[in-house]
Amino acid sequence: MTVKVTIADYGVGNLLNVVRAFQHCGADVHVTEDPAAIAGSDRLVVPGVGAFEDSINELNNRGFADAVKRYAESGKPLFGICVGMQMLFDASEEFGEHAGLGILPGRVVAVPSLTTEGLPQRVPHIGWNHLVSPEHGNDWKGTLLQSFEDARPAVYFVHSFAAQPANDQDRLADCFYGGHRICAAVRRDNIVATQFHPERSGEIGLTMVRSFLAL
Amino acid sequence: MSNVRLIPRLDIKGPNLIKGIRLEGLRVMGDPQEFALRYYEAGADELIYMDIVASLYGRNNLSDIIRRAADQVYIPITVGGGIRSVDDARHILRSGADKVAINTAAVANPALITQVSRRFGSQAMVLSIEAKQVAPGRWEAYTDNGRERTGLDVIEWVKRGVELGAGEILLTSVDREGTRKGFEIDLVRQVSEAVPVPVIASGGMGSIDDLLQVVKSGRADAVAMADVLHYKRLELPDIRVAARDAGLAVRSI
Repeated sequence: MTVKVTIADYGVGNLLNVVRAFQHCGADVHVTEDPAAIAGSDRLVVPGVGAFEDSINELNNRGFADAVKRYAESGKPLFGICVGMQMLFDASEEFGEHAGLGILPGRVVAVPSLTTEGLPQRVPHIGWNHLVSPEHGNDWKGTLLQSFEDARPAVYFVHSFAAQPANDQDRLADCFYGGHRICAAVRRDNIVATQFHPERSGEIGLTMVRSFLAL
Repeated sequence: MSNVRLIPRLDIKGPNLIKGIRLEGLRVMGDPQEFALRYYEAGADELIYMDIVASLYGRNNLSDIIRRAADQVYIPITVGGGIRSVDDARHILRSGADKVAINTAAVANPALITQVSRRFGSQAMVLSIEAKQVAPGRWEAYTDNGRERTGLDVIEWVKRGVELGAGEILLTSVDREGTRKGFEIDLVRQVSEAVPVPVIASGGMGSIDDLLQVVKSGRADAVAMADVLHYKRLELPDIRVAARDAGLAVRSI
């Protein structure tokens, strides 16, 4: 059965490669600028790239914010990517204080510019990094990471800010950057989100997309 | 630091992948798609495409090549050559690129750096530098494949470019490009230390040792390679293993 996936196009960033990745994995992809159109889909993807403020403003101004919240409550799988993950949280401190959707409790904070040893490190965090289990342990079974339970898959990151979930149980995977634990993926009930870009993470990322489609 | 990124660089002229020496004396290598797929399957961390004749024609002609690549390649793609405006950048990003690399147009109009990074995010705005040594420890930025002088000191120019919004630097040593004589380590180190954003070192890789040096001594965050891969002098998986064995952080495949 072909899964119908709706990708929210709220006017920020380049969705093309997200679209291609989901199509490549066999999804029936619908890109929509109409928030009313997302309610009927089997899966919702909220992509995002660029600045938090621009993204959340567009999401609000175009009427997507309420539609995404309602979708989150519907119980159907919702997938946030990068800034699309960050916007699920209460607030971000990127260039000032900005309210998010508040679907998940927590804040979005800057990636540390010093390592845990006090040495300067590059921000943004760009490149491939390995996923590890969060401190509360590995529960990747039944999630988009289920194929990697015994591995530390490397995936592609590009970000200067990262979520800090208030509830540790919402963390699905972390990565280490300069010795700091960075939240790389979250999951709560039907909601899953990644700070990294599965659509740019090669065959490993595509495997995660397929797992999401199979949820 | 992050894992060092190993990035095949595909210089394109018309429909062909080409390879030159010091950005000149071009030799046709073949269909860029075949090379791109080979590198994707071999675990490339990203790909860079450069339209090396674009500045002659005043536009980038890679959109068809990028569109084909993006159907099968699911890693980040950077595209440079002849991108002169926000509209040009949009066109290339809409073809499937993740980032644009801009040199000539940024020199002519530095505000373009800010415009592109505001519109698409600084992560999508790569400042491309063609550096030629003009005195010991001093390099000048060139355009048009190392033919045109700009009068800009490379170190001053990258600092300004980052202030204007560049999120990454693609640093090509014209003197070393295609020579397999190793990277210009001093240049890479000076640029890496001058800016907080990642630096991709390009030009001169001939051996694994060159890679180790440019990361350890030059502090490069990423390494572009062309000649060694196109001519199969080295294979990506072997480079990755050798780099890890020598203590470099690279992702495991």
